Amino acid sequence: MQTAEQTLDEILNLAAAHFNVAREKLSPDDDFFKTLGVDSLQTLDMLTKLENYFGVELPDYELQGVSDFRTLAGKIQARL
Amino acid sequence: MLDLQKYSCLGSALRDALDRFSGETCLIEADREREKTRLTYSDFKEISLPLARALEDADFDAGDRAAILMTNQSKWLISAYAIFYSGGVLVPLDYKLTAVEQLQLLEHSKAKVVVVEYHLWRAIMHSPEFHNIKTKLVLVTEAPLGADLAGGFRWEDFKRKGAPDFVMRQREDVACIVYSSGTGGRPKGCVLTHENYLEQCRALTAWYPFWPGVRYLSILPTNHAIDFMVGFIGPFVCGACVVHLRTLRPEFVRDAFVRYRITYVSLVPMIVKNLERGLRAKFDELPGWRRAILNRLIGVNKLLTRSRARVKVSRTLLPQVHRAFGGELLALITGGAFMEPSTMQFFYDLGIPVVNGYGLTEAGTALTLNDLKPFRADTVGKPLPGVELRVLSPNEEGIGEIAARSKTVMSHYLDDAELTLETIVEGWLLTGDLGRFDTSGHLQLFGRKKNMIVTEGGKNIYPEDIETVFDGLPVKEYCVFAVNYVWPQKELGREMLFIALRLEQNQRFDSALLQEIGNRNRKLPDFKRVGGYLVWEKDFPRTASMKIKRLGLAEEIGKTVERGAVVGL
Repeated sequence: MQTAEQTLDEILNLAAAHFNVAREKLSPDDDFFKTLGVDSLQTLDMLTKLENYFGVELPDYELQGVSDFRTLAGKIQARL
Repeated sequence: MLDLQKYSCLGSALRDALDRFSGETCLIEADREREKTRLTYSDFKEISLPLARALEDADFDAGDRAAILMTNQSKWLISAYAIFYSGGVLVPLDYKLTAVEQLQLLEHSKAKVVVVEYHLWRAIMHSPEFHNIKTKLVLVTEAPLGADLAGGFRWEDFKRKGAPDFVMRQREDVACIVYSSGTGGRPKGCVLTHENYLEQCRALTAWYPFWPGVRYLSILPTNHAIDFMVGFIGPFVCGACVVHLRTLRPEFVRDAFVRYRITYVSLVPMIVKNLERGLRAKFDELPGWRRAILNRLIGVNKLLTRSRARVKVSRTLLPQVHRAFGGELLALITGGAFMEPSTMQFFYDLGIPVVNGYGLTEAGTALTLNDLKPFRADTVGKPLPGVELRVLSPNEEGIGEIAARSKTVMSHYLDDAELTLETIVEGWLLTGDLGRFDTSGHLQLFGRKKNMIVTEGGKNIYPEDIETVFDGLPVKEYCVFAVNYVWPQKELGREMLFIALRLEQNQRFDSALLQEIGNRNRKLPDFKRVGGYLVWEKDFPRTASMKIKRLGLAEEIGKTVERGAVVGL
């Protein structure tokens, strides 16, 4: 199984590609609403891509209040 | 639909609806692409009565309060019906609040029972305040077998055989206690009677009726006044069907429109804007010639729907757009927050009317609604049948505070006589919103008189309620305001909170302080966060009891600096 750090790294790569921003502009503790300038619905679109990539399903309630990549990676890692 | 004038309470109206429409589908619940539940009115009755009987056996009596703390799903409505059947008072709580806030409201409402989803209950159980909980009976839905429920029961097992006694209530009896806001400081529990709901339902369905075969997509939280009415009571008393989705990801919502051929949906502006963005992006991808044809067809549709909506004509002219929404959508209903007229116009021009309205929890659900005769994107419509509205102390432009009198206006705030006296004066509900009527009797809104914002997601946020997160901030004093309260705007929208800071003598606003504010701000859910700060050079005015004089400070700031002085966070 991949490590939490690998998961986090892959999430950052995918988020950068999804929102078309340079990977180096994103860091694990970034608030993605703020850094990416996106609203919660746009973030949900990204989450679906992440779910498909990792082959997991995250219920909406698991994601309530999650706004940084590291916490999100933790939620995904827990279901891998 | 049922003739609601004949009924004295929601329980009896719903009870008759379950018999009258027994063979119709009343509920569909889907999780992503998987349909989990499909119930007829007869099935609904069969599931809810054993729960009502079990409540009865647990000494849940007439007037006892039962809270529901769940996302939108079939068990929400089944539990609500069982509570009404037993003569109980329903306390719908917001599942998006924190566990601590939910505990506060459970305590404030004195709920004897709480019906709660397992993941929410788990968070409550882990809250440091959990030991103070006084709720006697906890029913937990979807709990794994063998899970520790801290004395709670699995909802799925909480049923008894035998017909429960139906407990009749009168129109003036309390039906629901709905919290409009105020979790951090002063909880505002709106006490709404059966008459409030029955009359609200009558007024709404007079303009926008439901009927068997209508499928309403329930997305706004059911604890919210709008969905409770148009995603439960309204459809049920008309034999219509409510569709619940367990995930609100945009792609599954879009899919549900098509899969279930949705007739009506209520959305907050944020989601409508998201749909607009998606459509505009699709239009932009079209080759030039197809785009030109589309524009021409939209132009023809605009011409033909100028005086009134003609949905069938629009569907013929723009079939692909309408197919994307399932092909049977009659209207998008929006409310609870400011909606940009351009977005509403965009959809109307495509033949999808956006029904805009205005209301507040204290007044049931809606006070005004657009009747689409003709469509007006610049107003919030006309007063609903039975609603009287007045503009108090209008200025030279006719703008003043809106006051409402109607059978839908709440009885009072729970355990807050003082606030009730301030809010309902001689039978008129003071809304705190500024507006005026145009010559055709449509209400136009022009901002707020009160220190609050309504987010794009339809949440009321009172600055007082979020200040505690800044407790201990290393400054002399601070105060949170709505920007539009300090610098009144003659329009709604672009609402934001900011924190006014008074620094200690010789203190400088530095990056450490900025970071500290940011850290604390991030503890708040995103919709409650402060958007900017202002460093104020004078001590805040205070009352004799040393409370900050908010109004005085707001006026002082507003007169001294422009709103541009607020620095974005």
